[in-house]
Amino acid sequence: MSDTPLIGVLALQGDVREHLIALASADALARPVRRPEELAEVDGLVIPGGESTTMSKLAALFGMLEPLRARVRTGMPVYGTCAGMILLAEKILDPRSGQETVGGIDMIVRRNAFGRQNESFEAAIDVVGVDGGPVEGVFIRAPWVESVGADTEVIAEHDGHIVAVRQENALATSFHPELTGDHRMHALFVDMVRAVK
Amino acid sequence: MSTLPSTPQSAGSPATGTARVKRGMAEQLKGGVIMDVVDAEQAKIAEDAGAVAVMALERVPADIRKDGGVARMSDPNMIEEIIGAVSIPVMAKSRIGHFVEAQVLQSLGVDYIDESEVLTPADEVNHSDKFAFTTPFVCGATNLGEALRRIAEGAAMIRSKGEAGTGNVVEAVRHLRQIKNEIARLRGFDNNELYAAAKDLRAPYELVKEVAELGKLPVVLFSAGGVATPADAALMRQLGAEGVFVGSGIFKSGDPAKRAAAIVKATTFYDDPKVIADASRNLGEAMVGINCDTLPESERYANRGW
Repeated sequence: MSDTPLIGVLALQGDVREHLIALASADALARPVRRPEELAEVDGLVIPGGESTTMSKLAALFGMLEPLRARVRTGMPVYGTCAGMILLAEKILDPRSGQETVGGIDMIVRRNAFGRQNESFEAAIDVVGVDGGPVEGVFIRAPWVESVGADTEVIAEHDGHIVAVRQENALATSFHPELTGDHRMHALFVDMVRAVK
Repeated sequence: MSTLPSTPQSAGSPATGTARVKRGMAEQLKGGVIMDVVDAEQAKIAEDAGAVAVMALERVPADIRKDGGVARMSDPNMIEEIIGAVSIPVMAKSRIGHFVEAQVLQSLGVDYIDESEVLTPADEVNHSDKFAFTTPFVCGATNLGEALRRIAEGAAMIRSKGEAGTGNVVEAVRHLRQIKNEIARLRGFDNNELYAAAKDLRAPYELVKEVAELGKLPVVLFSAGGVATPADAALMRQLGAEGVFVGSGIFKSGDPAKRAAAIVKATTFYDDPKVIADASRNLGEAMVGINCDTLPESERYANRGW
Protein backbone atom coordinates (compact mmCIF):
# COMPACT_ATOMS: atom_id res chain seq x y z
CA MET A 1 0.00 0.00 0.00
CA SER A 2 2.65 2.51 1.04
CA ASP A 3 4.55 2.14 -2.20
CA THR A 4 1.47 3.03 -4.27
CA PRO A 5 2.20 6.62 -5.20
CA LEU A 6 -0.46 9.32 -4.80
CA ILE A 7 -0.50 11.42 -7.95
CA GLY A 8 -2.47 14.62 -8.36
CA VAL A 9 -3.95 16.03 -11.55
CA LEU A 10 -4.08 19.83 -11.66
CA ALA A 11 -7.83 20.37 -11.94
CA LEU A 12 -8.20 24.06 -12.79
CA GLN A 13 -9.38 23.26 -16.31
CA GLY A 14 -8.86 20.63 -19.02
CA ASP A 15 -9.07 16.86 -19.52
CA VAL A 16 -8.59 15.99 -15.85
CA ARG A 17 -10.90 12.98 -15.82
CA GLU A 18 -8.98 11.17 -18.58
CA HIS A 19 -5.67 11.58 -16.71
CA LEU A 20 -7.23 10.28 -13.48
CA ILE A 21 -8.40 7.17 -15.35
CA ALA A 22 -5.04 6.65 -17.09
CA LEU A 23 -3.10 7.03 -13.80
CA ALA A 24 -5.40 4.59 -12.01
CA SER A 25 -4.87 2.02 -14.75
CA ALA A 26 -1.09 2.55 -14.37
CA ASP A 27 -1.40 1.50 -10.69
CA ALA A 28 -1.28 4.90 -9.02
CA LEU A 29 -3.75 6.51 -6.66
CA ALA A 30 -5.00 9.59 -8.47
CA ARG A 31 -6.89 12.64 -7.31
CA PRO A 32 -7.71 16.13 -8.58
CA VAL A 33 -5.70 19.05 -7.14
CA ARG A 34 -7.02 22.63 -7.12
CA ARG A 35 -5.67 24.08 -3.87
CA PRO A 36 -2.19 24.49 -2.28
CA GLU A 37 -3.11 22.16 0.61
CA GLU A 38 -4.09 19.44 -1.88
CA LEU A 39 -0.83 19.94 -3.77
CA ALA A 40 1.15 19.46 -0.55
CA GLU A 41 -0.22 15.92 -0.15
CA VAL A 42 0.70 14.38 -3.51
CA ASP A 43 3.88 12.53 -4.53
CA GLY A 44 3.70 13.72 -8.12
CA LEU A 45 1.54 15.89 -10.35
CA VAL A 46 0.10 15.76 -13.86
CA ILE A 47 -0.68 19.06 -15.58
CA PRO A 48 -3.35 18.10 -18.11
CA GLY A 49 -4.27 19.31 -21.56
CA GLY A 50 -6.52 22.34 -21.76
CA GLU A 51 -6.07 25.99 -22.62
CA SER A 52 -2.66 27.12 -21.37
CA THR A 53 -3.68 30.79 -21.06
CA THR A 54 -6.75 29.90 -18.99
CA MET A 55 -4.83 27.48 -16.83
CA SER A 56 -1.98 29.85 -15.99
CA LYS A 57 -4.47 32.63 -15.31
CA LEU A 58 -6.44 30.44 -12.88
CA ALA A 59 -3.23 29.16 -11.25
CA ALA A 60 -2.14 32.75 -10.55
CA LEU A 61 -5.60 33.83 -9.43
CA PHE A 62 -6.01 31.04 -6.90
CA GLY A 63 -2.49 31.23 -5.45
CA MET A 64 -1.26 28.01 -7.05
CA LEU A 65 1.61 29.35 -9.14
CA GLU A 66 4.18 29.82 -6.35
CA PRO A 67 3.35 26.53 -4.57
CA LEU A 68 3.65 24.73 -7.93
CA ARG A 69 7.01 26.36 -8.66
CA ALA A 70 8.27 25.52 -5.17
CA ARG A 71 7.35 21.85 -5.42
CA VAL A 72 8.72 21.45 -8.95
CA ARG A 73 11.96 23.21 -7.90
CA THR A 74 12.41 20.81 -4.98
CA GLY A 75 12.07 17.75 -7.19
CA MET A 76 8.41 16.66 -7.17
CA PRO A 77 7.91 14.58 -10.34
CA VAL A 78 5.66 16.34 -12.79
CA TYR A 79 4.21 15.40 -16.20
CA GLY A 80 2.62 17.92 -18.56
CA THR A 81 0.61 17.11 -21.70
CA CYS A 82 -0.03 19.77 -24.37
CA ALA A 83 -1.06 22.83 -22.31
CA GLY A 84 0.77 21.12 -19.41
CA MET A 85 3.93 21.06 -21.53
CA ILE A 86 3.58 24.82 -22.06
CA LEU A 87 3.23 25.39 -18.32
CA LEU A 88 6.42 23.42 -17.64
CA ALA A 89 8.50 25.42 -20.14
CA GLU A 90 11.01 27.93 -18.84
CA LYS A 91 10.10 30.10 -21.82
CA ILE A 92 7.20 30.50 -24.26
CA LEU A 93 8.16 31.80 -27.69
CA ASP A 94 4.96 33.78 -28.26
CA PRO A 95 3.27 34.26 -24.88
CA ARG A 96 0.01 36.12 -24.38
CA SER A 97 0.80 39.28 -22.44
CA GLY A 98 1.32 38.33 -18.82
CA GLN A 99 1.16 34.58 -19.47
CA GLU A 100 3.23 32.95 -16.75
CA THR A 101 4.59 29.43 -16.55
CA VAL A 102 5.54 27.12 -13.71
CA GLY A 103 8.80 26.18 -15.39
CA GLY A 104 10.88 23.13 -14.54
CA ILE A 105 12.07 22.10 -17.99
CA ASP A 106 14.79 24.07 -19.75
CA MET A 107 13.07 24.49 -23.11
CA ILE A 108 11.38 27.04 -25.33
CA VAL A 109 7.93 26.04 -26.62
CA ARG A 110 5.84 27.39 -29.49
CA ARG A 111 2.13 27.35 -28.77
CA ASN A 112 -0.33 25.92 -31.36
CA ALA A 113 2.75 25.19 -33.46
CA PHE A 114 1.11 22.35 -35.41
CA GLY A 115 -1.76 24.67 -36.38
CA ARG A 116 -5.43 25.15 -35.65
CA GLN A 117 -8.00 22.40 -35.06
CA ASN A 118 -8.27 21.53 -38.78
CA GLU A 119 -4.60 20.51 -38.64
CA SER A 120 -4.95 18.47 -35.43
CA PHE A 121 -3.90 14.88 -36.11
CA GLU A 122 -3.02 11.40 -34.89
CA ALA A 123 0.34 9.76 -35.58
CA ALA A 124 2.43 6.89 -34.24
CA ILE A 125 5.27 8.25 -32.09
CA ASP A 126 8.42 6.41 -31.00
CA VAL A 127 9.39 7.47 -27.48
CA VAL A 128 12.81 6.79 -25.92
CA GLY A 129 12.32 4.71 -22.78
CA VAL A 130 8.91 3.34 -23.82
CA ASP A 131 9.08 -0.26 -25.03
CA GLY A 132 6.61 -2.16 -27.18
CA GLY A 133 6.46 -0.01 -30.31
CA PRO A 134 5.30 3.53 -30.97
CA VAL A 135 2.66 5.19 -28.78
CA GLU A 136 -0.56 6.57 -30.25
CA GLY A 137 0.02 10.31 -30.45
CA VAL A 138 -3.10 12.50 -30.48
CA PHE A 139 -2.08 16.10 -31.26
CA ILE A 140 -4.72 18.81 -30.70
CA ARG A 141 -3.75 22.39 -31.57
CA ALA A 142 -0.48 21.10 -30.20
CA PRO A 143 2.70 22.95 -29.23
CA TRP A 144 6.18 21.80 -30.14
CA VAL A 145 9.52 22.43 -28.50
CA GLU A 146 11.69 24.92 -30.41
CA SER A 147 14.88 24.27 -28.48
CA VAL A 148 16.13 22.62 -25.30
CA GLY A 149 18.90 23.31 -22.79
CA ALA A 150 21.88 21.04 -22.17
CA ASP A 151 20.17 19.10 -19.37
CA THR A 152 16.94 18.41 -21.23
CA GLU A 153 16.68 15.07 -23.01
CA VAL A 154 14.64 14.90 -26.22
CA ILE A 155 12.69 11.62 -26.10
CA ALA A 156 10.46 11.97 -29.17
CA GLU A 157 10.22 13.89 -32.42
CA HIS A 158 7.59 14.12 -35.14
CA ASP A 159 8.20 15.55 -38.60
CA GLY A 160 11.48 17.07 -37.42
CA HIS A 161 9.95 18.76 -34.36
CA ILE A 162 10.52 17.90 -30.70
CA VAL A 163 7.30 16.54 -29.16
CA ALA A 164 8.47 14.89 -25.93
CA VAL A 165 11.19 15.80 -23.43
CA ARG A 166 12.47 14.85 -20.02
CA GLN A 167 14.61 16.72 -17.52
CA GLU A 168 15.29 14.83 -14.29
CA ASN A 169 11.86 14.44 -12.66
CA ALA A 170 9.94 16.44 -15.21
CA LEU A 171 8.30 14.93 -18.29
CA ALA A 172 6.35 16.65 -21.07
CA THR A 173 4.60 15.63 -24.30
CA SER A 174 2.95 17.72 -27.03
CA PHE A 175 0.42 14.93 -27.46
CA HIS A 176 -2.34 13.45 -25.30
CA PRO A 177 -1.79 9.82 -24.20
CA GLU A 178 -4.75 10.27 -21.83
CA LEU A 179 -7.11 10.31 -24.83
CA THR A 180 -6.04 6.82 -25.89
CA GLY A 181 -6.20 3.40 -24.29
CA ASP A 182 -2.39 3.27 -24.40
CA HIS A 183 -1.19 4.14 -20.89
CA ARG A 184 2.55 3.51 -21.30
CA MET A 185 3.47 7.21 -20.92
CA HIS A 186 1.54 7.28 -17.65
CA ALA A 187 3.28 4.06 -16.56
CA LEU A 188 6.64 5.72 -17.30
CA PHE A 189 5.63 8.69 -15.16
CA VAL A 190 4.34 6.51 -12.31
CA ASP A 191 7.75 4.78 -12.33
CA MET A 192 9.45 8.20 -12.08
CA VAL A 193 7.28 9.03 -9.05
CA ARG A 194 8.02 5.65 -7.45
CA ALA A 195 11.75 6.20 -7.92
CA VAL A 196 11.78 9.36 -5.76
CA LYS A 197 9.13 8.31 -3.26
CA MET B 1 -14.48 9.75 -22.52
CA SER B 2 -14.71 6.38 -24.17
CA THR B 3 -11.52 5.19 -25.75
CA LEU B 4 -12.03 5.19 -29.48
CA PRO B 5 -10.21 2.79 -31.74
CA SER B 6 -7.47 4.44 -33.69
CA THR B 7 -8.34 5.21 -37.30
CA PRO B 8 -6.79 2.69 -39.69
CA GLN B 9 -3.76 4.28 -41.30
CA SER B 10 -0.43 3.36 -42.76
CA ALA B 11 2.17 3.43 -40.00
CA GLY B 12 3.41 6.89 -39.22
CA SER B 13 1.18 8.80 -41.62
CA PRO B 14 -0.74 11.47 -39.72
CA ALA B 15 -4.56 11.35 -39.81
CA THR B 16 -6.64 14.52 -39.41
CA GLY B 17 -10.33 14.85 -38.56
CA THR B 18 -10.57 11.54 -36.68
CA ALA B 19 -13.21 11.06 -33.98
CA ARG B 20 -10.47 11.11 -31.33
CA VAL B 21 -9.07 14.40 -32.58
CA LYS B 22 -12.55 15.99 -32.85
CA ARG B 23 -13.92 14.75 -29.53
CA GLY B 24 -10.52 15.20 -27.87
CA MET B 25 -10.58 18.91 -28.73
CA ALA B 26 -13.76 19.31 -26.65
CA GLU B 27 -12.15 17.36 -23.79
CA GLN B 28 -9.54 20.14 -23.61
CA LEU B 29 -12.28 22.74 -23.04
CA LYS B 30 -13.74 21.00 -19.99
CA GLY B 31 -14.10 23.01 -16.81
CA GLY B 32 -14.06 26.16 -18.89
CA VAL B 33 -16.27 28.96 -20.15
CA ILE B 34 -16.94 29.66 -23.84
CA MET B 35 -18.08 33.23 -24.45
CA ASP B 36 -20.10 34.83 -27.26
CA VAL B 37 -18.26 37.81 -28.78
CA VAL B 38 -19.16 40.11 -31.66
CA ASP B 39 -15.78 41.73 -32.39
CA ALA B 40 -12.04 41.50 -31.77
CA GLU B 41 -12.20 43.81 -28.76
CA GLN B 42 -14.75 41.63 -26.97
CA ALA B 43 -12.73 38.54 -27.90
CA LYS B 44 -9.66 39.99 -26.16
CA ILE B 45 -11.71 40.85 -23.07
CA ALA B 46 -12.98 37.24 -23.02
CA GLU B 47 -9.47 35.80 -23.42
CA ASP B 48 -8.07 38.07 -20.69
CA ALA B 49 -10.88 36.98 -18.38
CA GLY B 50 -9.85 33.32 -18.82
CA ALA B 51 -12.32 32.05 -21.44
CA VAL B 52 -11.27 28.68 -22.94
CA ALA B 53 -12.75 29.64 -26.32
CA VAL B 54 -14.89 32.31 -27.94
CA MET B 55 -17.97 32.01 -30.15
CA ALA B 56 -17.76 34.57 -32.96
CA LEU B 57 -21.16 35.89 -34.03
CA GLU B 58 -22.55 39.12 -35.41
CA ARG B 59 -25.29 39.58 -32.85
CA VAL B 60 -25.61 37.96 -29.45
CA PRO B 61 -28.88 36.00 -29.04
CA ALA B 62 -30.52 38.79 -27.00
CA ASP B 63 -30.13 41.12 -29.99
CA ILE B 64 -31.26 38.47 -32.47
CA ARG B 65 -34.47 38.22 -30.41
CA LYS B 66 -34.89 41.98 -30.35
CA ASP B 67 -34.14 42.58 -34.04
CA GLY B 68 -36.11 39.65 -35.47
CA GLY B 69 -35.64 38.68 -39.14
CA VAL B 70 -33.49 35.84 -40.47
CA ALA B 71 -30.31 35.18 -38.46
CA ARG B 72 -27.42 33.78 -40.55
CA MET B 73 -23.74 32.87 -40.39
CA SER B 74 -21.51 35.85 -39.52
CA ASP B 75 -19.42 37.89 -41.96
CA PRO B 76 -16.14 36.05 -42.73
CA ASN B 77 -14.20 39.30 -42.19
CA MET B 78 -15.48 39.58 -38.66
CA ILE B 79 -14.67 35.92 -37.93
CA GLU B 80 -11.14 36.31 -39.33
CA GLU B 81 -10.57 39.44 -37.26
CA ILE B 82 -11.45 37.50 -34.13
CA ILE B 83 -9.25 34.57 -35.17
CA GLY B 84 -6.40 37.05 -35.59
CA ALA B 85 -7.01 38.75 -32.25
CA VAL B 86 -6.84 35.79 -29.83
CA SER B 87 -4.86 32.58 -29.40
CA ILE B 88 -7.67 30.58 -27.75
CA PRO B 89 -9.94 28.47 -30.02
CA VAL B 90 -12.58 30.31 -32.05
CA MET B 91 -15.99 28.77 -32.74
CA ALA B 92 -18.68 30.06 -35.09
CA LYS B 93 -22.32 29.22 -35.83
CA SER B 94 -23.94 27.80 -38.93
CA ARG B 95 -27.69 27.48 -39.43
CA ILE B 96 -29.19 24.03 -38.84
CA GLY B 97 -28.87 22.05 -42.07
CA HIS B 98 -26.92 24.80 -43.85
CA PHE B 99 -23.90 22.71 -44.75
CA VAL B 100 -22.55 25.38 -47.10
CA GLU B 101 -22.26 27.86 -44.24
CA ALA B 102 -20.40 25.09 -42.41
CA GLN B 103 -18.10 24.59 -45.42
CA VAL B 104 -17.34 28.32 -45.38
CA LEU B 105 -16.59 28.27 -41.65
CA GLN B 106 -14.28 25.30 -42.11
CA SER B 107 -12.43 27.11 -44.91
CA LEU B 108 -11.93 30.12 -42.60
CA GLY B 109 -10.17 27.84 -40.11
CA VAL B 110 -12.60 28.07 -37.19
CA ASP B 111 -11.83 25.46 -34.52
CA TYR B 112 -15.41 24.32 -33.87
CA ILE B 113 -18.71 24.80 -35.72
CA ASP B 114 -21.91 25.25 -33.71
CA GLU B 115 -24.87 24.05 -35.78
CA SER B 116 -27.13 26.32 -33.84
CA GLU B 117 -30.85 26.81 -33.25
CA VAL B 118 -30.06 30.44 -32.36
CA LEU B 119 -29.78 31.08 -36.10
CA THR B 120 -32.81 30.57 -38.34
CA PRO B 121 -32.89 26.93 -39.53
CA ALA B 122 -32.13 26.40 -43.23
CA ASP B 123 -33.61 22.89 -43.41
CA GLU B 124 -36.64 21.72 -41.47
CA VAL B 125 -35.92 18.02 -41.98
CA ASN B 126 -32.17 17.46 -42.04
CA HIS B 127 -29.24 18.54 -39.95
CA SER B 128 -25.81 18.75 -41.66
CA ASP B 129 -23.74 15.59 -42.17
CA LYS B 130 -20.98 16.40 -39.72
CA PHE B 131 -18.78 13.44 -40.70
CA ALA B 132 -18.15 15.25 -44.00
CA PHE B 133 -16.01 17.85 -42.19
CA THR B 134 -12.53 17.95 -40.66
CA THR B 135 -13.69 20.72 -38.32
CA PRO B 136 -15.61 19.30 -35.34
CA PHE B 137 -19.21 20.26 -34.55
CA VAL B 138 -21.08 21.07 -31.35
CA CYS B 139 -24.88 20.76 -31.39
CA GLY B 140 -27.67 21.62 -28.98
CA ALA B 141 -30.02 19.08 -27.40
CA THR B 142 -33.02 19.18 -25.10
CA ASN B 143 -33.01 15.47 -24.26
CA LEU B 144 -30.94 12.30 -24.63
CA GLY B 145 -32.53 11.12 -27.89
CA GLU B 146 -31.80 14.44 -29.56
CA ALA B 147 -28.20 14.39 -28.26
CA LEU B 148 -27.65 10.88 -29.63
CA ARG B 149 -29.17 11.75 -33.02
CA ARG B 150 -26.70 14.61 -33.31
CA ILE B 151 -23.80 12.35 -32.28
CA ALA B 152 -24.98 9.80 -34.88
CA GLU B 153 -24.68 12.59 -37.48
CA GLY B 154 -21.10 13.25 -36.33
CA ALA B 155 -21.37 15.87 -33.56
CA ALA B 156 -18.23 15.75 -31.37
CA MET B 157 -19.65 17.80 -28.50
CA ILE B 158 -23.17 18.40 -27.12
CA ARG B 159 -24.59 21.39 -25.28
CA SER B 160 -27.99 21.98 -23.75
CA LYS B 161 -30.11 24.32 -25.84
CA GLY B 162 -31.50 26.31 -22.96
CA GLU B 163 -33.32 29.40 -24.17
CA ALA B 164 -30.56 31.61 -25.56
CA GLY B 165 -30.78 35.36 -25.17
CA THR B 166 -33.20 35.32 -22.24
CA GLY B 167 -30.76 35.54 -19.33
CA ASN B 168 -32.99 32.88 -17.77
CA VAL B 169 -31.37 29.59 -16.85
CA VAL B 170 -34.58 27.61 -16.37
CA GLU B 171 -34.60 25.88 -19.77
CA ALA B 172 -30.91 24.88 -19.58
CA VAL B 173 -31.65 23.33 -16.18
CA ARG B 174 -34.59 21.44 -17.66
CA HIS B 175 -32.51 20.11 -20.57
CA LEU B 176 -29.54 19.04 -18.47
CA ARG B 177 -31.74 17.33 -15.90
CA GLN B 178 -33.62 15.59 -18.69
CA ILE B 179 -30.42 14.27 -20.30
CA LYS B 180 -28.98 13.23 -16.95
CA ASN B 181 -32.16 11.47 -15.83
CA GLU B 182 -32.50 9.59 -19.11
CA ILE B 183 -28.88 8.40 -18.83
CA ALA B 184 -29.48 7.25 -15.25
CA ARG B 185 -32.57 5.34 -16.41
CA LEU B 186 -30.58 3.55 -19.13
CA ARG B 187 -28.04 2.44 -16.53
CA GLY B 188 -30.73 0.27 -14.93
CA PHE B 189 -31.74 -1.46 -18.18
CA ASP B 190 -30.66 -4.95 -19.20
CA ASN B 191 -29.72 -5.79 -22.79
CA ASN B 192 -33.28 -6.82 -23.74
CA GLU B 193 -34.61 -3.44 -22.69
CA LEU B 194 -31.97 -1.41 -24.54
CA TYR B 195 -33.44 -2.26 -27.96
CA ALA B 196 -36.82 -0.85 -26.96
CA ALA B 197 -35.09 2.11 -25.31
CA ALA B 198 -33.28 2.88 -28.57
CA LYS B 199 -36.64 2.83 -30.37
CA ASP B 200 -38.18 5.17 -27.76
CA LEU B 201 -35.21 7.52 -27.94
CA ARG B 202 -35.20 7.37 -31.76
CA ALA B 203 -31.44 6.86 -31.58
CA PRO B 204 -29.05 4.17 -32.86
CA TYR B 205 -28.90 1.09 -30.62
CA GLU B 206 -25.06 1.11 -30.55
CA LEU B 207 -24.98 4.62 -29.11
CA VAL B 208 -27.71 3.82 -26.58
CA LYS B 209 -25.76 0.77 -25.44
CA GLU B 210 -22.55 2.81 -25.16
CA VAL B 211 -24.28 5.43 -22.99
CA ALA B 212 -25.78 2.70 -20.78
CA GLU B 213 -22.29 1.27 -20.23
CA LEU B 214 -20.43 4.57 -19.76
CA GLY B 215 -23.10 6.29 -17.66
CA LYS B 216 -22.43 9.43 -19.67
CA LEU B 217 -22.52 10.67 -23.25
CA PRO B 218 -19.59 9.47 -25.39
CA VAL B 219 -18.76 13.15 -26.03
CA VAL B 220 -18.32 16.21 -23.81
CA LEU B 221 -21.54 17.82 -22.50
CA PHE B 222 -21.68 21.58 -21.87
CA SER B 223 -24.51 23.81 -20.75
CA ALA B 224 -25.75 26.68 -22.90
CA GLY B 225 -28.60 29.14 -22.88
CA GLY B 226 -29.49 31.64 -20.17
CA VAL B 227 -26.41 31.71 -17.92
CA ALA B 228 -26.08 35.29 -16.57
CA THR B 229 -24.35 35.01 -13.17
CA PRO B 230 -21.45 33.11 -11.53
CA ALA B 231 -24.00 31.13 -9.52
CA ASP B 232 -25.84 30.16 -12.73
CA ALA B 233 -22.60 28.77 -14.15
CA ALA B 234 -21.83 26.84 -10.95
CA LEU B 235 -25.40 25.49 -10.90
CA MET B 236 -25.01 24.06 -14.40
CA ARG B 237 -21.74 22.40 -13.42
CA GLN B 238 -23.23 20.91 -10.26
CA LEU B 239 -26.03 19.54 -12.44
CA GLY B 240 -23.44 17.71 -14.52
CA ALA B 241 -22.38 20.10 -17.28
CA GLU B 242 -18.65 19.76 -17.98
CA GLY B 243 -18.38 23.45 -18.83
CA VAL B 244 -20.58 26.39 -19.84
CA PHE B 245 -21.31 28.57 -22.83
CA VAL B 246 -22.25 32.13 -21.94
CA GLY B 247 -23.96 34.09 -24.68
CA SER B 248 -25.61 37.41 -24.04
CA GLY B 249 -25.00 37.23 -20.27
CA ILE B 250 -21.55 38.84 -20.37
CA PHE B 251 -21.56 41.60 -22.95
CA LYS B 252 -25.16 42.59 -22.16
CA SER B 253 -24.20 43.26 -18.54
CA GLY B 254 -22.90 46.43 -16.85
CA ASP B 255 -19.24 45.40 -16.48
CA PRO B 256 -18.40 42.64 -19.00
CA ALA B 257 -14.70 42.16 -18.08
CA LYS B 258 -15.49 41.74 -14.41
CA ARG B 259 -18.51 39.50 -14.96
CA ALA B 260 -16.57 37.33 -17.42
CA ALA B 261 -13.73 36.75 -14.93
CA ALA B 262 -16.24 36.06 -12.16
CA ILE B 263 -18.07 33.43 -14.22
CA VAL B 264 -14.73 31.75 -15.04
CA LYS B 265 -13.86 31.56 -11.31
CA ALA B 266 -17.25 30.15 -10.35
CA THR B 267 -17.05 27.56 -13.14
CA THR B 268 -13.71 26.23 -11.84
CA PHE B 269 -14.72 26.27 -8.15
CA TYR B 270 -18.35 25.33 -8.85
CA ASP B 271 -18.57 23.29 -5.65
CA ASP B 272 -17.17 25.98 -3.31
CA PRO B 273 -19.90 28.47 -2.25
CA LYS B 274 -17.31 30.81 -0.69
CA VAL B 275 -15.50 31.26 -3.99
CA ILE B 276 -18.84 31.70 -5.79
CA ALA B 277 -19.89 34.30 -3.20
CA ASP B 278 -16.65 36.25 -3.67
CA ALA B 279 -17.01 36.05 -7.43
CA SER B 280 -20.58 37.39 -7.16
CA ARG B 281 -19.70 40.61 -5.29
CA ASN B 282 -20.15 44.04 -6.94
CA LEU B 283 -20.58 42.82 -10.49
CA GLY B 284 -22.92 45.66 -11.42
CA GLU B 285 -26.04 45.22 -13.50
CA ALA B 286 -26.80 41.72 -14.85
CA MET B 287 -28.63 41.49 -18.15
CA VAL B 288 -32.32 42.17 -17.62
CA GLY B 289 -33.67 38.86 -18.79
CA ILE B 290 -36.94 37.48 -20.11
CA ASN B 291 -39.36 35.14 -18.37
CA CYS B 292 -39.54 32.01 -20.50
CA ASP B 293 -43.18 31.29 -19.62
CA THR B 294 -44.24 34.53 -21.30
CA LEU B 295 -42.25 33.69 -24.44
CA PRO B 296 -44.55 32.70 -27.35
CA GLU B 297 -43.94 29.21 -28.79
CA SER B 298 -42.81 30.75 -32.09
CA GLU B 299 -39.99 32.59 -30.31
CA ARG B 300 -38.62 29.55 -28.49
CA TYR B 301 -35.30 28.60 -30.08
CA ALA B 302 -35.20 25.26 -28.26
CA ASN B 303 -38.04 24.05 -30.51
CA ARG B 304 -35.77 24.39 -33.53
CA GLY B 305 -34.02 21.14 -34.48
CA TRP B 306 -35.38 17.72 -33.63
